[in-house]
Order: sequence, then structure tokens, then C-alpha cells
Amino acid sequence: MAFDKTEVEKVAQLARLHISDAEKDEVTGRITDILALIDQMQSVDTDAVAPLAHPLDMTQRLREDDVTESNRRDELQQLAPEVEEGLYLVPKVIE
Amino acid sequence: MEWEAVIGLEVHVSLSTNTKLFSGTASIFGAEPNTEANIFDLAMPGTLPVLNKEALRMAVKFGLAIDAEIGKRSVFDRKNYFYPDLPKGYQVTQLDFPTVGKGSLTITLEDGSERQIGVTRAHIEENAGKSLHEDFHGMSGIDLNRSGEPLLEIVSEPEIRNAKEAVAYLKKLHAIVRYLDISDAIMAQGSMRCDVNVSIRPKGSTELGTRTELKNINSFRFVEKAINSEIQRQQDVLEDGGTVIQETRRYDAERDTSSPMRSKEFANDYRYFPEPDLLPVEIDDTYIEAIRATLPELPDAKSARFVSEYGLSDYDAGVLTATREMAEYFETVARSSGDAKMAANWVTGDLQAALNKNNWDLAESPIQAERLARLIQRIKDDTISGKIGKTVFEAMLEDGSDVDQIIESRGLKQVTDSGAIESLVDEVITNHPEQVQQFRDGKEAVLGFLVGQAMKLSQGKANPGQVNQLLREKMQ
Repeated sequence: MAFDKTEVEKVAQLARLHISDAEKDEVTGRITDILALIDQMQSVDTDAVAPLAHPLDMTQRLREDDVTESNRRDELQQLAPEVEEGLYLVPKVIE
Repeated sequence: MEWEAVIGLEVHVSLSTNTKLFSGTASIFGAEPNTEANIFDLAMPGTLPVLNKEALRMAVKFGLAIDAEIGKRSVFDRKNYFYPDLPKGYQVTQLDFPTVGKGSLTITLEDGSERQIGVTRAHIEENAGKSLHEDFHGMSGIDLNRSGEPLLEIVSEPEIRNAKEAVAYLKKLHAIVRYLDISDAIMAQGSMRCDVNVSIRPKGSTELGTRTELKNINSFRFVEKAINSEIQRQQDVLEDGGTVIQETRRYDAERDTSSPMRSKEFANDYRYFPEPDLLPVEIDDTYIEAIRATLPELPDAKSARFVSEYGLSDYDAGVLTATREMAEYFETVARSSGDAKMAANWVTGDLQAALNKNNWDLAESPIQAERLARLIQRIKDDTISGKIGKTVFEAMLEDGSDVDQIIESRGLKQVTDSGAIESLVDEVITNHPEQVQQFRDGKEAVLGFLVGQAMKLSQGKANPGQVNQLLREKMQ
């Protein structure tokens, strides 16, 4: 499977990673190698195998619907760079 | 050219659990900002999700109510995107193995006809927080109370053909989740939200046109308006020789128009993968059957029973079963008063009018079911006339005291004493010789006028049947 620089840029954008131009070539090469390995794995016949959702052969335990946490807003908001009227402030995001 | 619309709805309802989907933080609407946002909900490193038992039970209950296949093995997945009100950077949802599979529900249209609409699936997922963009000196404010709140996303098949059907579908879903007691489903508060996918095609065509998605719709009325406006927009584009672009549009109810939201170029690439922090959820038949046993009578079944048990019209039965509260209210009135038809008339008539006029919920009504039943009993046992019943009803809206006391203290008791009625009738006969003569000459219709005069004299309190009878006798 071919993987070029444009796709590296797209994936980096989706993951919010900054990759310098110099790094892009190297990363492209490494991802191409990984995809080659995946191509090889995909040649194995898995028709009779159910997709694996989790490596542990166990099922999910459930929690009672009881409140176990209390309001710790004041304490938690001390960790935030900026708060106002109980809200966490972040650089303005406009869709 | 004649066009046909193809509409699919994605409806989110917040499940009314005590706590969040994956943490033991309280999940109650309307709390102070960030007072329901603890370390897990803020995505602090090292925290891990544990699934809320109640959220799973509610999802299964919904599935059973719409005759859906129940996923005995459901798997959670991560949907990845970056936004400040999503601290983890991913939303936990169910992609390939949802808890609720294919099901369907029946909608009733305005002309009384019914249609079956397929539900593709319903999956459990967590809500994001809320971003506030105003008044924070160039910053955005984030409230994470909603973060991690359990949602059920119900996806319909693209089988809805117009805006009215979409509203009927939405109302039916609303009724079902409220009957099931799994969500408040209040659109204005966001506990029921609706995204609409719309495309159009030449009528009769089997190919699908390019669809757009409408977001930001928060009332039943706006759903109808938004769909009609989008169908018209797409028609205009196509008839002008243009092409519809696949995009997400935000509906502006005030201006009745929609505009494109951010480009979907990147946004749609959510890079789903199985959530490694959660194991697959497995449930068995015993679990499912135990939940089935808790299903209440649902709106359709209740409506059919009201028709057969109480002899109501389909229309009245539909109105009275629209909400569980209304249905329970009606049944209490019907049983306590012993007259279902009168109960239906009072509930759909005077009571409904009073609720609308005062903008009350049923629970806020000063006239609760037992009081209304008592009023009906007093009409039935001739303590008051039907007409005075309306006066008593009005008085009951203001005065919380006992119905009998209201009738007594306001002197509204019907006059059934024959002596008293006789003197009323005599007075009418003396005052209206001309009409009496007309009656004697065979003009039956005049009787109504004379009865009316006697009723007026008695201030509505005379028993109209007795007045009628006595007048006839005396004029013979």
C-alpha cells in the first residue's frame, strides 16, 4: 500500500501533531514499512475467525448506578490555567 | 419534476441514570457548571471507565420496546476527534456491535393512517461537555457537567418521506422513552436531540440523492420547518442545474434557513477502534427476559385498550395516551367517576384547555384526577347540571377546597325540588304568553326557548330535564 507525504500530513493534522518537513520523509518511510507488514498479515485467510474486540478473554463488569464521587470543583480548578464562573477557559474555538 | 424526499433521523436521548456512563459522578440536569465533573470526567491520567449497569438496562429495555434484536455481545469503540469539551480526545460509543439492533415502530399520521418506520440500531455512548463562546474576553468557557452523561443514539432507516412523518416518528420515540422511564426527553433542555439526514430524488426513482445533515434542531416544530426548508433548498439547487453537496448544515430557526457548518473533509475521519479500556459486554436470555418482564404497557397497546375497554374514539385514545401521565390521569378519572366517556371529554376538553391556557404541565394542574372524578360524579348524580359543572371546574382552578364544598358554598347545587321548579315554570308561562300560544299551536321549537328562560331565571341551577317535563305538562 502506498503512503505518501500528503497522507502523513493528513494523519498528523487529525492527531494534532506537528511534524517538521524534515521529519515527514522519515515518517512516511516508517509508516510505509508498517503498512507493508499489515499487507502481509492481510494475506492470511481469516474468514473463519471472529474479529477480536479485546485481547483479554473476559467480559465487562458492571457498576451499580450509585453516586460515589463528590463535588471537588474548587480543588480541581486549581489545576487549570484559567477559570471563570466555574467554567474552564480555553482559547476561543469557533466551528 | 416531482420530487420525493428520503429522510433519516438520528435521535440522541440522555438516559436518566443517577450517575454517568462510566463514572460514579452524579448526572443531574441543571447543576452549577463543573460541579459534576470529577477526575474521570476530566480525563485525568490513570482513570478508567466502568460501565453503568443501569444505562445498559435502559438501552435493552428500549430495544425490547421496539421489538429490536438485542446485542448479546456489545463492544465499545473510540471515536476520535479534538474539541475542548471532549477532554479525552475521543468519545466512547458502539460502532459494529451496538446493544440494540434492528427494530421498528409504528407512527400515526394526521389522517389516522399508520406506517411502520424501521430503526437501524440504537447504541450507547457518552455525551461531550458544553462550550460557551460568549462573554469570556476572547476565550471559550467549558462546562463538563454533561461530559460522560449516558446517551442512547437511535438511528432510523431512511424510510421517512416528509416532515410530518419525521415529527410523528420523533413524537412516538418521545412517548416510548418516557413510558419506559428511561429519559426525560425534553428537547428544550437537550435531553432529546435530533439530527436529520435529508436527500431528494425524482419521484419513483430508487437511487438515493446526495444527502445533507441538519444539526441544532431543538423542538418538534423546528424539525418540521427545518426539513421543509431543506427539501425546498435542495429542489431549488437541482432545478437550477446545480448539485447538492454532502455537508452538515446548521439550521437557524429564527430565519428559517440553514448554512453549512465546518467542512467535513477532515471531521469525518474519526479513526474508530475498539476501546481497549473496556471489555466486551455480554448479556444472556435470563437477563433480557427479566427486563422484558418490566416493560410497561406502551402507547400503542394502551391506545387500543382505551378504544376497546372504554369505547373511546381512536382520536381521543391517541390524545389520551400521548403521554404516560395523561393516560394515567384519564384512567384514574374514568375509574373513580365510573364514566369513561365523560372523563375523556373533560380531560381532552376543559382540562386540556386550562393546561394550555396557563402553560401548566399535568402535574402542575390544580385539578388532579380524583377531584375531576368527583366533579363528574356530582354531574352524574344530578347534584349539579353539566353547565354548572363548567362553572365549578373554573372555580376549582382557583379554589383548592373540596368539590362538594365549592358547590355548597357558592350555592351551585341543582334545584330538583319540584315545588321550586314549578314556580319557575309558572313565572315563565306568565311572562311569555305569546310563545306559550305558539307552542300550543304546534310549534315545538319554542319549547327550547322557554326552557332557556326558566334556566336563566334559576341562574342555571334548575334541573333542565325537570323543567322541560313540567313545561310540557303545564302547557298541554
